[in-house]
Amino acid sequence: MADTRRINLTVNGESHEGEVETRMHLADFLRQSAGLTGTHLGCEHGVCGACTVLVDGEAVRACLMLAVQANETSVTTIEGLAEDGELHPVQRAFQEQHGLQCGFCTPGMVMSLAAYIDENPSPDERDIREAISGNICRCTGYQGIVAAGLQAAVEIRGGG
Amino acid sequence: MDTYVGSSVLRSEDPRLLTGNGRYIDDIVLPNMVHAAFVRSEHAHARINGVDADTARSMPGVVAVMTLDDLGEPYNTKRTEQPYPSPAFKQDITIYPLARDEVCFVGEPIAVVFADSRYTAEDAAAMVRVDYEPLPAMVDVAAALDDDAPLAHADSPDNLIATLSIGFGDVDGAFANAPHVLSESFRQHRGGCHAMECRGVIASVDPAHGGLTMYSSTQSPYLVRSVVARYLGEDEHNLRVIAPDVGGGFGPKAGVYPEEIVLPLAARMLSRPVKWVEDRREHFLATNQQGDQVWSLEVAADDDGTIRGVRGRVIGDAGAYTNYGLLLPMTSVIPLPGPYAIPAIDVKVDVAFTNTPTKCPVRGAGRPTAAYAMERMIEVIARNLDLDPADVRARNFVRADQFPYQPGHTMVTGASVTYDSGDFHGCLDMAKGVADYANFSLRQEAARAEGRYVGIGVSSYIEDTGMGPYEGATVRVEPSGAIQILAGTASQGQGHATVFSQIVADQLGVAFEDVTYQSADTALFPLGVGTLASRTVVAVSTAVHEAAAQVRDKAIALTAQVLEAAEADLEVAGGRVFVKGSPDRGMTLGNLATQLAPFNTGAVPMGFTPGLEATSYNVTRGPATASGSHICEVEVDIETGEITLIKYSVAHDCGRMLNPQLVEGQVLGGVVHGIGNALFERMHYDESGQPLSVNYGEYFLPLAAEMPPIEIAHQETLSPLNPMGVKGAGEGGTLPAANAVIAAIENALKPFGVVVNDYPVDPERICELLDEALAGGAVPGG
Repeated sequence: MADTRRINLTVNGESHEGEVETRMHLADFLRQSAGLTGTHLGCEHGVCGACTVLVDGEAVRACLMLAVQANETSVTTIEGLAEDGELHPVQRAFQEQHGLQCGFCTPGMVMSLAAYIDENPSPDERDIREAISGNICRCTGYQGIVAAGLQAAVEIRGGG
Repeated sequence: MDTYVGSSVLRSEDPRLLTGNGRYIDDIVLPNMVHAAFVRSEHAHARINGVDADTARSMPGVVAVMTLDDLGEPYNTKRTEQPYPSPAFKQDITIYPLARDEVCFVGEPIAVVFADSRYTAEDAAAMVRVDYEPLPAMVDVAAALDDDAPLAHADSPDNLIATLSIGFGDVDGAFANAPHVLSESFRQHRGGCHAMECRGVIASVDPAHGGLTMYSSTQSPYLVRSVVARYLGEDEHNLRVIAPDVGGGFGPKAGVYPEEIVLPLAARMLSRPVKWVEDRREHFLATNQQGDQVWSLEVAADDDGTIRGVRGRVIGDAGAYTNYGLLLPMTSVIPLPGPYAIPAIDVKVDVAFTNTPTKCPVRGAGRPTAAYAMERMIEVIARNLDLDPADVRARNFVRADQFPYQPGHTMVTGASVTYDSGDFHGCLDMAKGVADYANFSLRQEAARAEGRYVGIGVSSYIEDTGMGPYEGATVRVEPSGAIQILAGTASQGQGHATVFSQIVADQLGVAFEDVTYQSADTALFPLGVGTLASRTVVAVSTAVHEAAAQVRDKAIALTAQVLEAAEADLEVAGGRVFVKGSPDRGMTLGNLATQLAPFNTGAVPMGFTPGLEATSYNVTRGPATASGSHICEVEVDIETGEITLIKYSVAHDCGRMLNPQLVEGQVLGGVVHGIGNALFERMHYDESGQPLSVNYGEYFLPLAAEMPPIEIAHQETLSPLNPMGVKGAGEGGTLPAANAVIAAIENALKPFGVVVNDYPVDPERICELLDEALAGGAVPGG
């Protein structure tokens, strides 16, 4: 039988406790055990970035982290980014700048940018391009995503 | 009247996709579902002498292990269906759902494990033992037709599948006495799909009536229904196919795959829902790809660059099986004339088997390779006759006063190829403006003075968009006044719900938010073709437009009858039909819908059919010709071979733009895909047919940091073939991109006389070419 451990973590503010296989990665835990299917798996080898979530505020590839490693952490997924039904500035900017088409890479893109702008609220275009160079999008050609990142940064830093 | 059409309405799809509420195939969970993992061939070509699944079957959590034999009669000897039969086939070998006794590419499915979790299924799949007897593998398509070529299928007479040709005009006459006959040979490689969502299938049997429901991450749910129903011997009404949210398509998801046969069969056998979601490694191994084409062309030209004729030969890779018909090679040669008025062409393409994954269209299908081939002819003329490449294009373009223009050959349907509209010179001039082409030579001189090598490349294209044969839509007004659109085509992110709702909102004078759109479920709408070949906006918008117009006419007619008013005096706006100038004399659309669909004590108004709804099918009247010109500016580091994209300029014409922001999104995505083809994306195989690029560390997709600013200018010449004048925009960005990039590199390295020709090209190859040029006596700056 597969080795299992008991873990307890906070996901989008709610406590999740359960017995998981030690080999289960965090993305599968979020999708299958927590029922949060907004975190997507695009490559499962840590390149495409679709599975990016925030673990204690840091952008992390949920396919490269085991669920047991997330024990006692606080995880934010795309489902937890909007507050009180109000879209996060990055989410809103994605719609306004046409930063998404099929929407599959989008949760990872949004989480990566939300974390990055939190760290650097005054990015230029090159900064945004570097910040999402660990996320692959096949649909948009990135230009709308870059514009969304710049727009969101302006809003987050208060228009300055 | 057009409040929404033509404006950049924000997508109604986005709020749920941005909050994690999309519903993709892997998000769907059915009660009592079991999970599949496939056992795939480790060899490019081998006999299978046996499969030992005893260990796997005995593992805890394993529900079943199946080989082809386990599927029972008649499936145990039955190859999959050919969706696109053609008399041109010399050999038509489709894949078995699971391998029978021979495997023909690494990744071919041999057996399938069903278990209570995907983890368990993969554990068990690893324990299935296959007894292989390796056979010689046919890998490089360039050698596939040689006398001593290994046979990709052991029992075939040779590797030739078909020979197709495009021909018109007096080619011999064109080449006889031509002032210039120039030739070029080049190898084009286009990689795979690489939608960020891989493929996936769920199948379940409804115990109440025995019907099968399939979810598939497909571009073509109706094709899946047709092919699977035929294979299984089911009536189509017994097989409901749903494409949920699909995370990108780009062509390979428009085919039908063995997994789409195996899963429904297994659901029947196990009486349980079954699910398979492709992982990325499987995507590299088993999802169709576009592969290689080896071209040798000759062009006959006058001193001023006017093309007299083109002739040559192509060898096209079909991979291991013929499950995508001959669509890829056909679309590689029929569009060959491109935007140019060429008097005579004679090009043959031999299509050959190799022991690599089945080849199929990827964004643009064969059109990007056809465009590249013809653009290469322009480049070879410009280079040898010392002409400006943009001028050579302009000299040969079909003129705006020549439409409808017929080059002289026929389409797959047998109809004459016809360009309906455009202004190719206008687009080229716009692109030159965006790129500041006129001043490039100053930029190039200034850079060279600093020892830097910058170059510019031009590339032009047309695309036959809105391919037939048909699509349909229903528009229905509900008693609440809400409007429902039902259609067949599946969306993979193009924004169908938004664009089609814009059209209906304008036609019926309602708010955009009051319109909903549902599609890609064969139980919701009876017939459809698929989302491919830049066809949906033309085919479906025309049907939606017509259905909405019929609803509008019906609403006006009933209002006229009820109010005893003349139809001509009525207006439709704000969700109501009312007398012009007397807005209070009128009826809401919801009220009209209620009157047209009453219950027991009511009566349908005299002279009307029930329901405020209409269904319309659009039958294509021929392709709407999209067109454009791209200009790329690059810098090449002659020490490292590094290629930096400085700026990419686009001028394109997709007719009337229903939503400019979404059009730009399509163009941007298309351009970057084409840049990926030119510089990054390559499937590597070793001599035995083992793939060497099976993850994103080995196969490079374009990333944000490497992409240049892309600036787009729009030209709108309306198509005369549909009521709104639209043309497709999904692939045009990709078509000319490879030549724009390659020509720019060649222009940058012109002092060394470097000609790149083959793509993708990487820094290592640039260094090789520079070394060869210098060894051959090239003098930089000379």
